[in-house]
Amino acid sequence: MINIILAGVGGQGIVLASKMITQTAMDKGMQVRSSETIGMAQRGGCVASHIRIGERIFSPLIPRGTVDIIIGFEPAEAVRYLTYLKENGIVIVSQKAIKPAFDPKATMEYDEQEMLKYLISHVKCLQIVDADAIYAECGSAKILNTALLGVAAATGVFGFSMEDIEKTINNNLPKKLIEINLKALHLGQSIAEENL
Amino acid sequence: MRELLMGNQAIAMGAICCGVGLVAGYPGTPSSEILETVAKRNPGHIYVEWSVNEKSAMEVAAGASYAGMRTMVTMKQVGLNVASDPLMSLAYIGVKGGMVVVVADDPGPISSQTEQDTRHFAIFSKLPVFDPSSPEEAYQMIGDAFAYSEKYHTPVLFRPTTRICHGYATVDVDDAYQEIKPEGFIKDPKWTIFPSLAYQSHLKIEARQPIIAEDFSSYHFNTITGNAKARSGIATGGISYAYTCEALAALNGECKLFKVATPHPFPEKLALEFLSGLDEVLVVEELDPVIEKELLYLCGKYHLPITIKGKLTQDMPNAGENKVESVNWAIVKFLSLPISPAGMPFDLPKLPVRPPSLCAGCPHRASFYAVKQAMKGQKAVFSGDIGCYTLGNAKPLSMVDTCLCMGAGITIAQGLHRAEPDAVNFAFIGDSTFFHTGIPGVINAVYNQTDIVIIILDNSTTAMTGHQPHPGTGATVMGNISQKISISEVLKALGVRHVVTQNPFNLEQTITAVKEAAAFKGVSAIIFEAVCIGRGEKASLYSIDPSKCTGCNRCLAELGCPAIVKDDKKVRIDASACFGCSLCLQVCKEKAIGSEKK
Repeated sequence: MINIILAGVGGQGIVLASKMITQTAMDKGMQVRSSETIGMAQRGGCVASHIRIGERIFSPLIPRGTVDIIIGFEPAEAVRYLTYLKENGIVIVSQKAIKPAFDPKATMEYDEQEMLKYLISHVKCLQIVDADAIYAECGSAKILNTALLGVAAATGVFGFSMEDIEKTINNNLPKKLIEINLKALHLGQSIAEENL
Repeated sequence: MRELLMGNQAIAMGAICCGVGLVAGYPGTPSSEILETVAKRNPGHIYVEWSVNEKSAMEVAAGASYAGMRTMVTMKQVGLNVASDPLMSLAYIGVKGGMVVVVADDPGPISSQTEQDTRHFAIFSKLPVFDPSSPEEAYQMIGDAFAYSEKYHTPVLFRPTTRICHGYATVDVDDAYQEIKPEGFIKDPKWTIFPSLAYQSHLKIEARQPIIAEDFSSYHFNTITGNAKARSGIATGGISYAYTCEALAALNGECKLFKVATPHPFPEKLALEFLSGLDEVLVVEELDPVIEKELLYLCGKYHLPITIKGKLTQDMPNAGENKVESVNWAIVKFLSLPISPAGMPFDLPKLPVRPPSLCAGCPHRASFYAVKQAMKGQKAVFSGDIGCYTLGNAKPLSMVDTCLCMGAGITIAQGLHRAEPDAVNFAFIGDSTFFHTGIPGVINAVYNQTDIVIIILDNSTTAMTGHQPHPGTGATVMGNISQKISISEVLKALGVRHVVTQNPFNLEQTITAVKEAAAFKGVSAIIFEAVCIGRGEKASLYSIDPSKCTGCNRCLAELGCPAIVKDDKKVRIDASACFGCSLCLQVCKEKAIGSEKK
């Protein structure tokens, strides 16, 4: 059984990334369950996808302490889900913070460096991804989801290959978005390989 | 074919497969994707509509069902409050073609104003209710719901919860589908409700209840599994069944397990079989203790010395949704199992709170800001309504003083005005909500000569639930172009004498328009017309010139725009988030914000 959590903020493309993982797994003949955040939270709130691949899975929500990989779309959201990670689980995280909308009475300043430090000191298998470099390379901020997917897939944890995800992108995305998403996927893959 | 389907899609595919001929509904999280999927996967013969509200949807479906068509109605739990009038009478009148009323409950609540339990509506209206425990089960169960509806000539309720609706699973979808030709409407006095008929129908319904209960005792999705000799049992239903199975598997827990797929009429015979030989039962369910009370009733009725534990005994939480963990802990305690470590013992640092907020570039922000500026220093109350614009309550805008239910803002404002006539009372309402239940409130205000200002936030879509068309958009879910209904013309026809249409992104003009409307004696209305950013194109982006910016924080503190961020004491505009609405440019006193690039 493989348990995956994608965590970020509404608008970061988490639902689509989740769909790409689940579709690929299903196309490979695997059993899948997943759960999405849809509705009010999509307006800038915390959004998380739970994905479970394997036989005899009942709950669409993953129990704490059993997640194989957390894909954090920004630092604080990766930290928020750490209690779900199993021992020696993997965390992939974009270093670029999404600050909450300004609240003059906010009790804390969100310091992403502090969050990253926390991840570094608490997670053995951690991969920090430079989102700005990906944006610069691809010319769009919309492909962070696919790039992170590329990094995660390169770890081999999904149980399916990079080619399988390529197939999903080719078969399911609108034509004009295929090229840029494939580029982002491979960029993610090369980031992961550099760090191995 | 094997497909990866969201629960809502599974319900839609199941309904298509078993010959539904008409589907009507009103959008509402977590139910909206059901109707959208029927529209998308329509083999061609199914009539699908977004109705103007849930009451209309229920009645349209009832009519078609009278003529022998299989129909389905979709809504969220609070939608059934709006549609309860036709539902209650329809329970007495009955149907010919199978009619399934899908009502999605939202434990948590995640996207709702109440945590009401639709199973109570089933008990109240004396209608059968189905409660699926997974998307796969929902796919099959919807066909059963149609069959029972026709067998007993009654509408039936179908009640998935958020985690079923928005959970995905691999489902084996039957490629074949039925196409049922309705017999047509046959005139008969039974279709017209009268007190004498209602009395007769009531007798029939009461006589039918135990028959359906008996029938449900052999319904294949009501099951008893686990250790038949155990002295402890767990009774559960819906998504809680999945959590219970997950927990029992992880904990190696053993007990007798009763899954209730039809909480009403309660399958008494099967329940007694479950209770037989048990000393104690834990009931794991969400929202209200429905199964728990049924079991308590049976223990009383049959003098069974069994302890029933659940919400009423504080063994389970009585509000909010269940989680795998909460069910885990309850079962550990109930079965006296050794405690298993749940996850790594992380001591997490303080995390930022992220209340949902209006999108960068959202026209509602401009509208709220302009009204706030226009009313500065004046006594004013801002009544809100249900939609994205409820998020106008957040700081720094703080422009939603009340929000109750669909369409209530316009009428709440009238009541407030009666109690406190010296305040200017504003009512904000979105375009889809205006058509849903806003119009009667406007008539009430004009008829009773109230002095209120109605603000229509017209973004040409039903945004919060995923951009469904409505009567003002000129489109239908079938994709046909229909006649656009003009909100401005409607207001004028209702007798509103001051009606102005304004683009909210012109701040100065907008403030003047608001001041004029506020000064008008009687009912006045402003329609703020600007397309939702989810449907529009990005305009030129803006950036802050650091040489001109004095760091006054005005843009940041006044607007609460997610695209305006502060790094190391410097305010900047996040180009990836900016939509180019130009509101910040009009708010900056230093003229430090300018257009950057397309």
